[in-house]
Amino acid sequence: MADVQMLALAPPQPAPTAQRLGKLSAYFGTPGNTIISVASIAIILFVIKLAFGWLVVDAVFSGNGETCKVSGGACWPFVAQKLRYMLFGFYPYEEQWRPLTALLLLFGACGVSMVPRFWSRALLVAWIVVILPVLYILMAGGLFGLTPVPTTSWGGLPLSFLLSFIGLTLAMPLGIVLALARASNLPAIRVLAVGFIEIVRGVPLISILFMATVMLPLFMPDGVTIDKLVRAQVAIILFASAYIAEIVRGGLQDVPVGQFEAGKSLGLHYWQVMRKIVLPQALKKVIPPMVGLFIGFFQDTTLVTIVGLVDFLDTVRSAIRDPEWQGIAVLEGYLVAAAVYFTFSALMGAYSRFLEQHFRTTHA
Amino acid sequence: MKQALLTICAAALGLSVAGAASAAGTLETVKARGKLVCGVSLATPGFAAPDDKGRMQGFDADICRSIAAAVFGDGDKVDFVPTNINTRFQALQSGEIDVLSRQTTHTFSRDASLGLDFGPTVFYDGQGLMVAKSLGVSSAKELTEAAICTLPGTTTAQNISDFFRAINGKFELVVFESPDENRAAFYSGRCEAITSDRSDLASIRAVANNPDDYIVLPETISKEPLAPAFRQNDSNWGDIVSWSVWLLMAAEEKGITQANVDEKLKSEDPDVQRMLGATEELGKMLGLDNKWGYNVIKSVGNYGEVFERNLGEGTKLGLTRGPNALWNAGGLIYSPPIR
Repeated sequence: MADVQMLALAPPQPAPTAQRLGKLSAYFGTPGNTIISVASIAIILFVIKLAFGWLVVDAVFSGNGETCKVSGGACWPFVAQKLRYMLFGFYPYEEQWRPLTALLLLFGACGVSMVPRFWSRALLVAWIVVILPVLYILMAGGLFGLTPVPTTSWGGLPLSFLLSFIGLTLAMPLGIVLALARASNLPAIRVLAVGFIEIVRGVPLISILFMATVMLPLFMPDGVTIDKLVRAQVAIILFASAYIAEIVRGGLQDVPVGQFEAGKSLGLHYWQVMRKIVLPQALKKVIPPMVGLFIGFFQDTTLVTIVGLVDFLDTVRSAIRDPEWQGIAVLEGYLVAAAVYFTFSALMGAYSRFLEQHFRTTHA
Repeated sequence: MKQALLTICAAALGLSVAGAASAAGTLETVKARGKLVCGVSLATPGFAAPDDKGRMQGFDADICRSIAAAVFGDGDKVDFVPTNINTRFQALQSGEIDVLSRQTTHTFSRDASLGLDFGPTVFYDGQGLMVAKSLGVSSAKELTEAAICTLPGTTTAQNISDFFRAINGKFELVVFESPDENRAAFYSGRCEAITSDRSDLASIRAVANNPDDYIVLPETISKEPLAPAFRQNDSNWGDIVSWSVWLLMAAEEKGITQANVDEKLKSEDPDVQRMLGATEELGKMLGLDNKWGYNVIKSVGNYGEVFERNLGEGTKLGLTRGPNALWNAGGLIYSPPIR
């Protein structure tokens, strides 16, 4: 039935050559369009030439700060020499295979978990029982003969990933629970959820991080300190959950109330209706804004530098200030940071489009 | 699911609480932990900055190492915690770090109100101004209606305002958020002058295309004595920090260096014998090993060596000793007698 309708509505296909000409005429059809197109192409070529000249032709590929200082191009020896520090920060040099393994394990596990075919209860159990503990032991050590490394020495890319990945993974279920609570019929629960969400959303992330790292320890009993990383992590989880809750609520409102009632009339329990009928439809609808939020949070974790955690952007910044390279390799350092953040944000964006495609269902 | 998450969170929190400091004295805590936790700056070349291997190097870092050497006999038993301007005092108050060695100016209000005490001044700094030689100015008083680049920070901007108000001068303050922008703005001619601590000006000047084109003006418009800080009401720990620093200075005075410290153990000089623990039992009085003095010098060298290695004329910063010379060489570095 659906197929017949689609066919009936589809416009007649133009001949291939006419189609190609039609595309070209959009750019060169009128004198005005032609001028704009030519100018745009010229600008693009000019920028490419500039970038290529700076990145490759005039660039320095070996040498030190002095050789870079006299050349007009990019300074790649800086990146080569500092890359390991930028990636892993203060993690003990001899032990840096551990954060590297942890990162690769995290990427691998995420890669597998991104394939819908592998989604199962077993995978969830594997994350909680195997993957996360292994990541923690790799980073912190203290077991199996690994030297203990305090969290104050963690830094660079593993720290950024830990904060954003663990933060968002734990914020997701919390956010869903908050969204359900906000839609609840029980006034006490609803008021609590609304209060939490509105307070958290009414305050910038920076001030919550400040509260967690600067104020909280002053209220603790003498001599008891909670690890700074844990404090920042909890702050990020709470903050993200409020935003996730609002996005999920949007999805929930879009599910017709008849779906809920139908489930109930089949004799399903509230949680069964939610888990099997309402949430799958609601979450599917909010994939694009959710991934947008995730990308934003991945980049927002750079704010933890304010409270003295050394994330990837911070290690890049401090590498730039090495006296050997100071004032010479500023742009190169930021380019490395931009490339890394762009790569992972783009991957998330691509995955979001894949998921939308995967879950596309027609209601004909 | 939620239950599992809660359990994980609790486990993470529990772990770190279990590893937290007890309410005992700092020395006992440090000894039990087996490491000194020292708050430093993240990226201030010459004072504390990571090398290519992520190892902290610099003057402030070496002060930490000297304290670790006094306590453990090994200057490498330090965990460096990068702190920033916003979190440094709180990190000390909450017990997250044992000592703060982060270019921190010893001032009245910090001493009186922040629940911390300062050790001896390790570096005498002061705010200065740098201009291009081509400007033809030889004194800050000759600057009229100049644009002055600076970083945001209450004292730097306030000092420069106070200075020009006192001489009835006019100026325009141009504030930049990052040191890189600040420096670039000055070198591109956006400002006639740039102001910061003199040690910082030296490092800014060092990266100029031609450092000889720039001159740091003679006026020092503020006093910035930089000192390590520790929690107040812990005299024993305060003594250990202070005397570790003073020992560096006394060792320079007595000509004890990292290289000759083994020979000096056999020295006939009673002062040297006491400092290195060859006679008497000074270390025991602080609750330390009697060889604490020997260990400090063996680990980092004397004050002069620490200065020259990190800030001196052989480094990119190229600072002269100036007020940081020994008292008997015209400077302000003076250690009480170690006896």
